[in-house]
Amino acid sequence: MDLKPIFHDWFASKGWAVHPHQQQMVEKADAPSLLLIAPTGGGKTLAGFLPTLNDLADGTHEGLHTLYVSPLKALAADIKRNLRTPVDEMALPIRIDDRTGDTTATRKKRQRADPPHILLTTPESLALLTSYEDAPRMFKGLKRIIVDEIHALSESKRGDQLMLALARLQTLCPDLKRVGLSATVEDPEAIARFLAKHPDPTQIIHADPGPAPDIQMLTIDEPPPWAGGGAKYAIPAVLEQVRKHNTTLIFHNTRAQAELFFHNLWLANDEGLPIGIHHGSLAKAQREKVEQAMVDGSLKAIVCTGSLDLGIDWGDVDLVIQIGAPKNVKRLVQRIGRANHRYNAPSKALLVPANRFEVVECIAALNAVKEADLDGDPRGRGPRDVLCQHILITAAAGPFEADALYAEVTTAGAYADLTRAEFDDCVAFCATGGYALRAYDRWQRLKQLPDGRWQLRDPRAAQRIRANIGTIQDTDTLKVRLKNRAGGKPLGEVEEGFAATLTPGDTFLIGGQVVRYENLREMTVEVTRRRSDNPKIATFLGTKFATSTQLSHRILRMFQQEDWPELPRHTADWLRLQREVSQLPEPDRLLIESFDLDSRPYTVVYGFAGRNAMQTLGLLVTKRMEEMGLNPLGFVATDYATMIWGLDPLTDPAPIFQRETLRDGFETWLAGNAVMKRTFKASAHIAGLLERNSLGQRKSGRQATFSSDILYDTLQKYEPDHLMMQITQEEATRGLVDFGRIEEMIERVGARIDHRTLPRLTPLAAPLLLEPGRVPVKGLAEERLLAEEAERLMAIALRGETPEPEKKQWRVPY
Amino acid sequence: MNGVELSLAGCRLIALGTGALHWPDRQMLIVSDLHLGKSERIARRGGMMLPPYETRDTLTRLEADIAATGAQSVICLGDSFDDRSAAESLSEDERLWIKRLQAGRRWVWIEGNHDPGPLDFGGTHLAELPLAPLVLRHIARPGASGEISGHYHPKVQLPTRGRVISRPAFLFDTSRLIMPSYGTYTGGLRADDPAFARLLAADAHAVLMGPAPQRIPLCLSGGL
Repeated sequence: MDLKPIFHDWFASKGWAVHPHQQQMVEKADAPSLLLIAPTGGGKTLAGFLPTLNDLADGTHEGLHTLYVSPLKALAADIKRNLRTPVDEMALPIRIDDRTGDTTATRKKRQRADPPHILLTTPESLALLTSYEDAPRMFKGLKRIIVDEIHALSESKRGDQLMLALARLQTLCPDLKRVGLSATVEDPEAIARFLAKHPDPTQIIHADPGPAPDIQMLTIDEPPPWAGGGAKYAIPAVLEQVRKHNTTLIFHNTRAQAELFFHNLWLANDEGLPIGIHHGSLAKAQREKVEQAMVDGSLKAIVCTGSLDLGIDWGDVDLVIQIGAPKNVKRLVQRIGRANHRYNAPSKALLVPANRFEVVECIAALNAVKEADLDGDPRGRGPRDVLCQHILITAAAGPFEADALYAEVTTAGAYADLTRAEFDDCVAFCATGGYALRAYDRWQRLKQLPDGRWQLRDPRAAQRIRANIGTIQDTDTLKVRLKNRAGGKPLGEVEEGFAATLTPGDTFLIGGQVVRYENLREMTVEVTRRRSDNPKIATFLGTKFATSTQLSHRILRMFQQEDWPELPRHTADWLRLQREVSQLPEPDRLLIESFDLDSRPYTVVYGFAGRNAMQTLGLLVTKRMEEMGLNPLGFVATDYATMIWGLDPLTDPAPIFQRETLRDGFETWLAGNAVMKRTFKASAHIAGLLERNSLGQRKSGRQATFSSDILYDTLQKYEPDHLMMQITQEEATRGLVDFGRIEEMIERVGARIDHRTLPRLTPLAAPLLLEPGRVPVKGLAEERLLAEEAERLMAIALRGETPEPEKKQWRVPY
Repeated sequence: MNGVELSLAGCRLIALGTGALHWPDRQMLIVSDLHLGKSERIARRGGMMLPPYETRDTLTRLEADIAATGAQSVICLGDSFDDRSAAESLSEDERLWIKRLQAGRRWVWIEGNHDPGPLDFGGTHLAELPLAPLVLRHIARPGASGEISGHYHPKVQLPTRGRVISRPAFLFDTSRLIMPSYGTYTGGLRADDPAFARLLAADAHAVLMGPAPQRIPLCLSGGL
C-alpha cells in the first residue's frame, strides 16, 4: 500500500516528515498481524491509523473499517480528539466515534445500527458488543483492529479476554488484520505471539528508540530513613525540582503513599505552587478536573500513581520523579517516557528512594535502565476463568458448536495449548456448574440442542451475562461523600475494611484533603472537611507491586561486589557493616539469620522473592514452626525478607525450606487461608459462579450479598477438585499468593542454606523491625482477639463508662 | 459444647457458637432460617449455580447440635426451606436424613415468609409457638415480650486490634431475642441496621457465633 498524495501534502503543510516506522506501517498494511514497538512520543498512534485513513480516504468503504481498543476509556476519548485533526484538515470523509462504559444508551444503539468507520473502545465494551446477536452484522466489513498499549494488556486478564474476543471477530471477518502498538518491552516476541492468530507469525517493526533517558537518583543531603515508604525527608528537594521545571509528574507506588506525600508536600509548599493529585480511587469529577488543568498547563506538578501510567498526552511534562523504589524496571522506563513527548529529546527522570534499602534498589534499577535490561515474567497459560466468561458471552450471542468454539479459542496465543478436556470442563461448568453432584440438570444455564449445539436455556440469562462482563476486580469499596444538605460532593472511594475501622470523629486523607468520618449512610461514607495536620491515613490497598525477579537478582548480585562506590556513603557503610557482623545474601544461597532481641528469638529469611511471596512464605513457615512447637507469635514481610518472632528459637531451619515441605503446606494448609479465599473470589466473579451485578435489584444492606468465603469452604469440604478450585490453585502461583516465586527461590538456592546464629540484631535486619504490616500468627489468634475485645467492652459496660476507643490499625486483611 | 448462657423472661437459655439456641430445662434446640434448598432456588431462577452442598452441610451441623445437646424437641423458627419448590426438590437422601433426625423427638416447623403453609415433611406446622413465658415466631413483633424470632439474619462487625471481625450473632435485650440464620448459604444484616434499632432496647447485647462465642454489649460494639 502506498500513502496517497493528500497525506504527503498534509505532512508537508505541517512541516513534518513521515517517520520511517510510520512509512513501514503503511507498506506492511496487508500483513495479517503487525506489531509496532515505539517509545512514547514517536507518533505511534498516527502510525497505527495511517493505513486506515489512507484506505478510507476515497470514501468508498461502507460500515465499520477499523476497531481501536485501548485499556483506558480516557485514551479512547483522547484519540478521538487527536484523530479529528488530520481528518478535518484533509477533509477526509471518515466517521469516528468512541464507545465505552460512559457512552449513552442512545449513542450505543445508533452505533450498532449504523456503525462509524472507526470505532474506539475498550476490551470490556468490545466483549459486550460480541455478545449481541447482531454482532455479525455490526462487524461486517471490518478490516483492521488496532490494539493500543498492548504491552499493558498482555499482562492482564483484560488482555486475555480481548484476544478471545478477537478470535471471535476473526471468525466473523476472516480478512481482519491485527495491529499492536507497544511501548518498549523486554520480549517483543511474546507480545507478537499474544497478538497473532496462532500459529501465524507477527511482523515486528521497531521504531528508533530515541536518545537514552537522563535518569538519576535525586541527591539529598539528609540520608533516607531506615524504613517506611513516605519519603517525607525528600520533600524540600522535590519542591525545588518542581520549581525548576515546567511540569513534573510525581509517581508513587500506592495510593496511600500518594495521598500522604501530597498532604506533606502542601504543608511545605509555602509559595503555593499549583500541585494536584490524581489516582484511581478519586471521584471521576475530581480526576477530570485535574486532567483538564493539566491539559491547560495550569499545574506545576501532579502527584499520581499508576493511573497516569498509560498513554494520555499531557503536554509539557519535562520531569518525572519516582518516589520509592520502582519495583519493576520496565514500568520505570515506561514512566520515564511520560516526560518529554517530543521525539528525539531525552526524557528526564529522578528516583527518590524512600528508605535505606531502596537506595540499593534504585541504583540497581538505574543500572538496569542503562543496560536496557528490562524485566517481565512470562505470563503462562490463558486463565480458564476468563475462558468460562467467554463461553457465556458466546452463548449470549446465540447457539454455538463446541468443536468450532474450541478451534477458535485455541487460535488465541495464550490458549493455544488448551486441551480439549480442559475446554470441555469449562463448557460443563458454564452449563451445569460442573458439580459431581448433578443437581442442576433441570436448571442448567446452557442446554444442548438436538443438533449438538449449545444455547442458553433461558434467553433472559443473556442480560445477566452482559451485566457481568469484565475481568477487572474491584475490591469492595465504599463511596466517600461530603455530608451536607445539598446531597454532598463525591470525593472518591475507600476500602470497605478500612471504612469498618472508622468511628465518628476519625480523620483521614482523601483527594489531598483531611476529612472527618461522620457516619455511614446507604453504603456511603459521609464525611466533613476538617483542618488538621495529623490525619489517620486512608490506606486503601491500591496495588502493591512486588519487586520483579530480575531486579531482585540484580540487587543480590550488587551485594557480591567488593565495594560500592556508586552508593551514597551511608548506604555503603551499612552494607559493609552487615558483611562484617554476618554476611550479605547471595544469589544462589539462602541466608537465614537468628538472633535474640529483648530476650525474644527472631529469625530473618532473606528470600528476595517479592512482597507477596515473602508474605506467603511467612504464613507457611510460621505454620510449620507452630507444628514443631516453637510458638511463633508473628511475622512481617518485605520484598526481600521475612522476619519471624516467637517464644522459641528456630535452631534447624533447613528441613522447613525443602521444596516438598513448602509445596505440601501450600496444597494443604494454605488452602484454608484468607488469601486463597480472595484469589477464589476474583476467579468466581470472572467465571460467572458469582454475579457482581444483579439486574434490577438493588442490594439492601449486605443481606443479598453472598459470602464467597462460605462457597470456598463448602467446595473445599465437598468437592475440592472442582474446576473453580483448580483455577484458584493455578491463580495462586501468581498474584497475591505468588507461590511461583517461592518455587523460583527454592530452585535458585537448592540445599545451600546459610543459617547464621548471631549475638544481636544485624544491620540488614534492623529496618524490618520498623516495617508496618505485622501479621499475628493465627491459629486461635482470632478467637483470642475476640475474647479480649469482648472482655474489654463488657468490663466497660459494667462500670457504666463510655469506652475508650482502641487505637485501631488497618492493613492488608490477611 | 461452647455456648453463652443468657436469660429471657426468667428462662435460662444457651446461645451456642453454632448458631443454635439451647433451652436445657425443656431439652429443646431452636434453630432459625435453615433455607434448605437455597442453591436450587437460585439456579431455578436463572441465577448462579452455587455448589449444591448447602443442604447437606446445614443438616450435618444440625445433626451434630442435636447429638451434643441431646435435645428432645427441635424447633425450626421459619424459613426452613427457601421456598415450596426448593423443599420439594430436596433429594431423597436429604428427605430421609430429615426423617431420621425427627425420629423419636418432637419437631416443629414454624412458618416463615419463605415457607408459609404446611409442607410434606413430618413434624408439626405452626404459625407460632407459645411456650409460656416465651413465644417463638419467625418475625419479631414490636412490643412483644419473651419473644424468640429469626428472619433478619443479624451479624455484627467488630473492630479488634488489627482486624475487623464479622460474625453472625444472636441479638437480645430483656424482652426479645433475635436468632442468627443457621443455613449455610445465608447472608447477614448488620446489627447497625435501623431495623434492629426499632426492635431492640438501647442496652441490647449480642452473642457472636464461632468456636468460642462471645457476648458483647451491642450499643458499645463500635459497629458501623
